[in-house]
Amino acid sequence: MWQTCALSLLVFTGASQFALVGALAAGGNPLTAAAGAFFLGVRNAFYGLRLSQSLALPRAVRPFAAQWVIDETAAVSLAQTGRRAARIGFGVTGLTLYVLWNLTTLLGALGAEAIGDTDAWGLDAAGPAVFLALLAPMLKTTAERAVAGLAVVLGLGLLPVLPAGVPVLMAALAAPVVLYLEGRRRAGRTAGRVDTGEEER
Amino acid sequence: MNTWIAIGATALGCYAVKLAGLLVPAGLLERPLVRRYAALLPVALLAALTAQQTFADGHALVLDARAAGLAAAVVALILRAPFLLVVAAAVVVTAGVRALGG
Repeated sequence: MWQTCALSLLVFTGASQFALVGALAAGGNPLTAAAGAFFLGVRNAFYGLRLSQSLALPRAVRPFAAQWVIDETAAVSLAQTGRRAARIGFGVTGLTLYVLWNLTTLLGALGAEAIGDTDAWGLDAAGPAVFLALLAPMLKTTAERAVAGLAVVLGLGLLPVLPAGVPVLMAALAAPVVLYLEGRRRAGRTAGRVDTGEEER
Repeated sequence: MNTWIAIGATALGCYAVKLAGLLVPAGLLERPLVRRYAALLPVALLAALTAQQTFADGHALVLDARAAGLAAAVVALILRAPFLLVVAAAVVVTAGVRALGG
């Protein structure tokens, strides 16, 4: 139980926690398990890159803010216009999630069987729906739609063949690919392949 | 004990990458190309995550009730429904499809 709670308090990035627990439960070597969890966490660095622009936090605050740099806080902050709104979004999302995540971890560790099957309530669809709702306003131009479409194809296509966490990182390659194609198109006429229409998945 | 080693390593690693992103110097981020990348990377990551959380079951791709839920969310978004309604639509439709045995 202490280990479960420590994981939520210290790691605080869900996908990595599930990966670590899964790998350990399957009898994996602790360092291999940690490496897999680490790969799942790497995407938070990309969020940090973007967040440091929109939040413009003082240097001294960054080590504290860093722990809250996760999918949800990034998505909420980046959906805001203006620095103040972005900071509020980051702070509120970070605090609520951190508190709730750890409280529910504790409850879960104390005895989750009582709750029953959460899937029956359809709660596992809430996560992707939240991401989708936050992603939708970002898809303003063709470039963004192309990135999203290509990322979906990469993320799903590579899922069966690569270790957990790696397909999402590979999907990040959609950004440079689309920027490259965009650059070529701007330089002159080109026959670049641009995926669209996949973003709603 | 081994578990604690794994927890410690994961916590350190995950914190380090979170901090690394935030600590990239501001001067570098002023460059237009870097700005463009930083704006597009979250789009790619969120899109891939959305797709995976909808269609993935471990390493396998599946089409189950979650897809119906996501479709409901898309419809809600197109109708410009408020955020909570979008999420609620996905949850309710997913639960409904499962209840019907889907």
